[in-house]
Amino acid sequence: MSDMTDKERQLVEWLSDMNEDDALDLAKKMLLEEGVSPLRVLELCRNAMDIVGKRFEEGEYFLPELVLAGEMLETIGAIAKPLITHAPGEEPKKLGKVLIGTVHGDLHDIGKNIVSFMLDINGFDVKDIGIDVPVKTFIEEIRAYEPDVVGLSGFLTLAFDSMKETIAAFEKEGMRQQFKVMIGGGQIDETVRAYTGADAFGINAVEAVNLCRSWTEKAA
Amino acid sequence: MPQLDGEGRMNTATQPATDAKAAYDARWKRILDCVALKQADRMPVIMYATYWLARYGGISNKELMYNYEKTAEISERAVLEFEPDACISLVGANALGRVFEATDYKQLKWPGHGVGDDQPYQYLDREYMKADELGELVRDPTAFYLNKYLPRIFGAFEGFEHFPALPGMFYFRAITGLRPFANPDLRKALRRVLDAADEVEIYMNHAGQWNRRIASLGFPLINGSASGAPYDVLADYFRGATGMMKDLFRHKEQLLEAIDMMRRNLVRMTIANAKASGNPIVFIPIHWAPDAFMSPKQFETFWWPSFRQMMVELIEADLIPMPLWESDCTKRLEIIKDVPAGKCIYWFERTDIVKAYEVLGDRVALRGNLSPSMMTTGTPADVDAAVKRLVDEIWNKGGSLMLDTAFGIPDETPVENVRAMFDSARKYAG
Repeated sequence: MSDMTDKERQLVEWLSDMNEDDALDLAKKMLLEEGVSPLRVLELCRNAMDIVGKRFEEGEYFLPELVLAGEMLETIGAIAKPLITHAPGEEPKKLGKVLIGTVHGDLHDIGKNIVSFMLDINGFDVKDIGIDVPVKTFIEEIRAYEPDVVGLSGFLTLAFDSMKETIAAFEKEGMRQQFKVMIGGGQIDETVRAYTGADAFGINAVEAVNLCRSWTEKAA
Repeated sequence: MPQLDGEGRMNTATQPATDAKAAYDARWKRILDCVALKQADRMPVIMYATYWLARYGGISNKELMYNYEKTAEISERAVLEFEPDACISLVGANALGRVFEATDYKQLKWPGHGVGDDQPYQYLDREYMKADELGELVRDPTAFYLNKYLPRIFGAFEGFEHFPALPGMFYFRAITGLRPFANPDLRKALRRVLDAADEVEIYMNHAGQWNRRIASLGFPLINGSASGAPYDVLADYFRGATGMMKDLFRHKEQLLEAIDMMRRNLVRMTIANAKASGNPIVFIPIHWAPDAFMSPKQFETFWWPSFRQMMVELIEADLIPMPLWESDCTKRLEIIKDVPAGKCIYWFERTDIVKAYEVLGDRVALRGNLSPSMMTTGTPADVDAAVKRLVDEIWNKGGSLMLDTAFGIPDETPVENVRAMFDSARKYAG
């Protein structure tokens, strides 16, 4: 953070310390009154989220911090993004594409939403195709989106079979080798990973980010 | 057939038939011995099943929820085949379709109502109460329930927003205050609620009848009532998961007041329900305690104090709290140990129960916890090995363990794996 102004450093600190009111006031002031580049403010947000993610991994932060951080970034993003005027080639480079959805039969989405958000703010292009997603829809969406990673989410035990069936369909369609498959959700463990044929499972959103990073970095 | 009590309670105290009474007493003693941390004559095995019964009985999930008689018959067959030391009210836990429909219940999707006939019911995590309503809920919970909460969660109550505020009425104002009852929407709602109550009465009678029937065959219920932790009730059923997590930062004081209000009312209602059931054990599924869900500091500020107080108050009323600590609560074990010895049953889902025994073995009885992935995808040999491990590591070391799955028999479990669970328990621990 050595190349930051005091004010920028202050924003990163307030965001990463969950000081919501001060952080939002300062971000608004920078964007709307002081004409700070929206791309710069979003970059500061990413810096703050790196700290939040690190504190999560170290066991200092938990789900409530991820959720509040998500809310703060959404609020700032909603102000900043309309102010962005891209010059050609200026769009930030994405780390990779992740398609994510809750498998058929399961309507749960809290965990999936947190994973989507964490991937997004960590620089991935994320397409979230919702809950109770039929196998056919996964196939169609994968064909259109060409993701590097497919994330299958599920909370119920019925999701074990839905995941297995979905991954088997990737094989059948001849697309299984084109991307990695990660699974996650309340009951998922190594036994389920082996049963479904997924490449990996994660027990939280930061693990999902790390899995995607490890795969896309290897591929790059 | 014993008479129903006046309120149609589900689990009225029972007098088993003489020939089965000894079996009933022996099974119930096993449970109470475990609670008291005395080693029972054999390791009890508990049966908790929901849609697995539909697979077992060859019917759809929908039929299990809607056909009282069929569900009762399949449930009885399962109890007689596996001979658990105690089971849940299998009809009460499953035959809920008609009461959901009669109340037009909004917080779930269930077979035929938003999910397929062979899917399980699923809860809809929503903000059923906004953050700025926390104060209103605390000031006058009854009015909040009548005018806002119930109409939001039950279609049958739509119209109750007109239900008049009663405190403050007096003399002629008490008469004119009745005018809202002339409101067509409120009158329609009142009629719908009366109709729904008729179905609830039918449901409770079926459940109670089944409970008495299996008691007469020698099988006690593991619990006669259920409750929730104050934080969880507020998080799950009012504020929604993410709403509540944001409240931890934005509305700390109000949240603590609401949690305390919830505790007072939960304790009062839980004691009344448990006493009416005649069974002292209270099942309390725990949702927000897992290690990953909040920091130790947040846990010790927002979650644990109200729940500990609730458990102590239930114990003082001669009840036996039986929390089901969902997900992995390994890091909470030292904190949740702070309860009187020999008064509670702790059921663990994903926490390593052997580790839990090491920390809690001299404090609470344990229940659990064969893993869902092993039960659904493993073989009877895998189940046998898992049961043997728990017997070796807990029961044979003098631990008070009631064997069960992690959170009921998973719906997709092959019947042979369920057989293996019961057979291996008898093979290794009496």
